[in-house]
Amino acid sequence: MRRWTAVAWGAAGILAVAVAWELYKFLGPADGFVVGAIAGETGSGVMLLPRAHDRAMPHLWDMVARLFESTSGGDTPPLIVSVASAALLTLGIAAVGWAIGVAVGMLLGLAMQRWRLVEWGLLPWIVVSQTVPLIAFAPVVNVIGNQIDRGGFPWPQWVSVAVIASYLAFFPVAIGALKGLGSPDRIHLDLMRSYAAGYRSTLLRLRLPAAVPYLLPALRLAAANAVVGAVVAEVSIGMRGGIGRMLIQLAGQGSSDPAAPWGPTFGSIALGLVAAGSVALVGLALRNYRRGEATA
Amino acid sequence: MTTVTTTSIPAVKAEGVGKTFPTKGGDVVALTGVELEVAAGEFVSLIGPSGCGKSTLLRLIADLDEASTGTLEIFGKPARAARVDQDYGIAFQQSGLLPWRTVAGNMALPLELHGVGAADRVTRVAELAELVGLSDFVDRYPDQLSGGMQQRVAIARALAEHPRLLLMDEPFGALDEMTREYLQSELARIAAETAAAVVFVTHSIPEAVFLSDRVVVMSPRPGRITDVIETGLGANRAEALRESPEYFAKVTEVREALHGAPVERANER
Repeated sequence: MRRWTAVAWGAAGILAVAVAWELYKFLGPADGFVVGAIAGETGSGVMLLPRAHDRAMPHLWDMVARLFESTSGGDTPPLIVSVASAALLTLGIAAVGWAIGVAVGMLLGLAMQRWRLVEWGLLPWIVVSQTVPLIAFAPVVNVIGNQIDRGGFPWPQWVSVAVIASYLAFFPVAIGALKGLGSPDRIHLDLMRSYAAGYRSTLLRLRLPAAVPYLLPALRLAAANAVVGAVVAEVSIGMRGGIGRMLIQLAGQGSSDPAAPWGPTFGSIALGLVAAGSVALVGLALRNYRRGEATA
Repeated sequence: MTTVTTTSIPAVKAEGVGKTFPTKGGDVVALTGVELEVAAGEFVSLIGPSGCGKSTLLRLIADLDEASTGTLEIFGKPARAARVDQDYGIAFQQSGLLPWRTVAGNMALPLELHGVGAADRVTRVAELAELVGLSDFVDRYPDQLSGGMQQRVAIARALAEHPRLLLMDEPFGALDEMTREYLQSELARIAAETAAAVVFVTHSIPEAVFLSDRVVVMSPRPGRITDVIETGLGANRAEALRESPEYFAKVTEVREALHGAPVERANER
């Protein structure tokens, strides 16, 4: 019963966005509302209300219909097929990035939890690392990758994308692992000490299980980050075939085919949902480690 | 449960034991000059107001903290060696069960850690569940149990490896009065059955008298032993004991010993 209520609320949320979109499109000024525009100078003034004409805001049904028309005319496959295959490629790369990020994040978390000195030395750098803009960082990874590739060790472009995705993914895992591994109560640590349990057994039987409620949200964040990272990285290093590249390409043709860029947009939303949903499945498998937590 | 007066090695032997905690405002003496011997199989309670060092003394015996002065021997060994050899089982005020493990899983934890085989673990867990009356609940998780049941699991876990010494830090402190009295009787029975020595920290005078062969009265600032009272109530710890004149006499004696010491409403540690 509660489950269905939740589903109904979710559907209502999506519907509300759709209704708001069409409502504004119906009521809003076609050319927007601009204050202080200088005549004859495009782009001048401040736009208070966005444009509502068909090129700026296509109808929802046009977006959906566009999904089933051919991608770029001729006998190219329907847009939805191209979007799906691009999304799958990106998903695969994001998954590799996620896996690398989770591994690195866990190792950092373990090291920081074990040695206070490592935490003091490393934690500020980990935080700073996330302030580096991805579009500045991505080309650097690409250049290094190309050099490795030229040096004889094969380094296809998608590996660079995965590495960039992992750069965003490792952060929540490192923080979550640090917090979770340090979460057992004094009483549990005393108990393990009374059993003369060493670091390894304490880690396996106490710290790791206790960290699960902290790690699950971290893994979910990491999944979302990996998808965003992969999409942005594809764009900024110019990798073909993925959903990021497709998004840019179709957005470029937006003025003549305004409904088209919404295809890959929906694709990347679906991608994020699939990624976060897969992690939710992991959470389901580990639900015994979340006892005492409110089930969400 | 009579006081054992054999020549066997005492379960606990403390000589001039003290503990000082360094703090920002200078050293705090938590415990000083503790002389105490607990015979094998003897039930000894430590009682006193907050800050008298009774929990600290228990933690020193358990080697969860290290004594600053004096010598502390558990079955003739240094406390650390006794901990490593698993000579004692311990239970705290909170049950400290692992929430992701079932009752059986929690009871089996020390066995697992010390490499007891799966088949032996199953047998032992069944025995323990029987001992604490939880045979029907072995597959439950701690959050599905009442506080009293959780505490019984914790006691079973402490007994898992047949320790000769049981250390208990206010194990019934967080329970309601009825559950508390019930578990006291259970503990008296279990202690008699297992013949383990028990060092039992408590706030409650009736609890200390009902359970113990000897009650050690402690006093704060600095934490020290001020009196030791033999209860002499013998092996029979049936419910009727709670109504008997000897019991009341001992309760009064312990109360006077406690209040004879300068009592202050000290804050919790």
